Amino acid sequence: MTAAPALAPAPAADVAIDVRGLSKAFGGREVVHDLSMQVRRGSIYGFLGPNGSGKTTTIRMLCGLLTPDSGEGTCLGYDIRRQADSIKRQVGYMTQRFSLYQDLSVRENLEFVARLYGVADARGAAAEMIRRLGLNGREEQLAGNLSGGWKQRLALGACTLPNPQLLLLDEPTAGVDPKARRDFWNEIHALAANGLTVLVSTHYMDEAERCHEIAYIAYGHLLAHGTVDEVIATSALSTWTVSGDDLNALVSSLTGKPGVDMVAPFGTSLHISGRDRAALDASIAPYRDRKGWRWQHSEPSLEDVFIELMTRSTDNFQ
Amino acid sequence: MSVTPAPDHSRDSKDRPFGFWRRSYAMVVKEFIQLRRDRVSFAMIVMIPVMQLLLFGFAINTTPRHLPTAVLLQEDSDLARSVLKAMENTAYFRFTREVHEVAEFDDLLLSGQVLFGVEIPRGFERAVRRGDRPALLVAADATDPVAAGSAMSALGTVVQTALQHDLHIGDPASPPFEIRSHARYNPTASSRLNIVPGLVGTILTMTMLIFTALSVTREIERGTMESLLSMPITPVEVMLGKILPYVLVGFIQAILIIGIGVLLFGVPIYGSLTLLALLSTLFITTNLAIGYTFSTIAQNQLQAMQMSLMFFLPSILLSGFMFPFAGMPVWAQYIGEGLPLTHYLRIVRAIMLKGATLPNMQYDAIALLALMLLAMTIAVMRFRRTLD
Repeated sequence: MTAAPALAPAPAADVAIDVRGLSKAFGGREVVHDLSMQVRRGSIYGFLGPNGSGKTTTIRMLCGLLTPDSGEGTCLGYDIRRQADSIKRQVGYMTQRFSLYQDLSVRENLEFVARLYGVADARGAAAEMIRRLGLNGREEQLAGNLSGGWKQRLALGACTLPNPQLLLLDEPTAGVDPKARRDFWNEIHALAANGLTVLVSTHYMDEAERCHEIAYIAYGHLLAHGTVDEVIATSALSTWTVSGDDLNALVSSLTGKPGVDMVAPFGTSLHISGRDRAALDASIAPYRDRKGWRWQHSEPSLEDVFIELMTRSTDNFQ
Repeated sequence: MSVTPAPDHSRDSKDRPFGFWRRSYAMVVKEFIQLRRDRVSFAMIVMIPVMQLLLFGFAINTTPRHLPTAVLLQEDSDLARSVLKAMENTAYFRFTREVHEVAEFDDLLLSGQVLFGVEIPRGFERAVRRGDRPALLVAADATDPVAAGSAMSALGTVVQTALQHDLHIGDPASPPFEIRSHARYNPTASSRLNIVPGLVGTILTMTMLIFTALSVTREIERGTMESLLSMPITPVEVMLGKILPYVLVGFIQAILIIGIGVLLFGVPIYGSLTLLALLSTLFITTNLAIGYTFSTIAQNQLQAMQMSLMFFLPSILLSGFMFPFAGMPVWAQYIGEGLPLTHYLRIVRAIMLKGATLPNMQYDAIALLALMLLAMTIAVMRFRRTLD
């Protein structure tokens, strides 16, 4: 066998998504800017960011639904620009808005998907999925009449039915109750344990913490990525938690002081964070000895980190 | 904590006597803003009246003139030439074909390429000079009584007057030859025989267009398109999947209309049922393809409906359904040739009323096929595979 000339370095076998410099603009407004990311096979990759930050656009570029204005890369080893058809055969995409046919029953929707992907026994595969989803007894119900939680389970079932290698889930748990959310995440972990790669976008911090790796995107810029611990560590944010009565006054006194980047109430306590530890300490010093208030230096939470990133990016990009 | 009462704005509006008008005004302003953004609706406001006025004003003529006529000249004499000249001078006839065999003559009438055929028999001039009063045969395609009627009724007197004037032959009391006219295919000039087959085409156009015109826009509006596009399906597959079920629906509809026409209105079917079924299926598919094309161009379901309507209007006016095709000016006939209904009307009338066969209808069948392929090509090219 003669070796084919290596035109481009083949992506490592354990990388599911490998893209560099993706940009996309709509009507002159850049929605995604120079975004690069790598997702390992078999991992759950959380995609976080505020509304309108470019998460959906990025996901759509990964599965060939949008063409990037610039940038390149591969998804499951296929070129995202030229091999969208091959990508579509191996990727399950769950849209943000329920996009199965509301006027088809659960079974009919699943059989339709199975036939589109050329599953040999479409009826059998649909029946098996109905059993796995716990939708027995509802298979003849119209998808449009299902509750939010069941719709979401059905949508997940539909995109895993053709046995994809990669799942792209766009805010799959928006508007779903906590119990259904937990069941959903258990399912995602079970799928990943079987080697499936999952890219999931979300707003929920507790969900971010259930991911192997996360990326934070705001205004089209990827601001941070890594494991949860890495993201928190690289933020270099110091956080003080103060608890006690009548903290409302403190919020307005501290806001805008040197070193204070963020003041956020959490129930009866207040999180005060800043990147400049010395300046932060100096600013809070006058309030440290107030009676009834307990001060504690703590690890910033993921939410602190993200909100700080978002506030900072607002200054930079808007 | 003290609660400061919010300033009570409700009193202001409640006490105003014209609250009704203010609210109506708010609604009016909103509707105008939405209308201004909806370009297709805006175009319709202008297009529909302009199109209707132009078509009714310029294109439609219920006493059509310059109708295509074939001549079978069995002898080449001065008198024969004069008779033809006189006929052409009536402005009702336009000689488009000269044939030499009776079979060819019949074929032209059967396929609808001419509406009239004039046969001047051998020895015509000699017979006239001898005073034998020979017969001049005029055959008319009477499937459309309106198209043939006025020309036929004018024939006798006008031709005779012209001959006397030009050649000073004969006198009004005893004409030198007899005009033997034959209204073929619909001898009783029943307009029902013409309208029922026409309705098959018109009804199919309307229903088929609408079925597919909404198909793609509905997927986009309901959000199912995003999911569909992320799955491994090609534009041709989507199109076929959306068109094929309605071919069956259209076929059942055609059987229903033709069945009622035959059983209730006594319209005959002289031609082959298989050929009628085959070409009707082609026509149904062509309309479905055009509707589907609109669906790939329209932004939403309303626009798709509006496009269908703008296609349907010229279809009924310029196809020969309501008004004789041959009576329209040339530009309108060119538009008509681009409409599937025009070709199907010729096909369905020819098969049902004249017993035409495929060779008679090949031009119209090929035209339908070409229109179908054109629509499908545009649809596949217009189908957006991405959400860009």
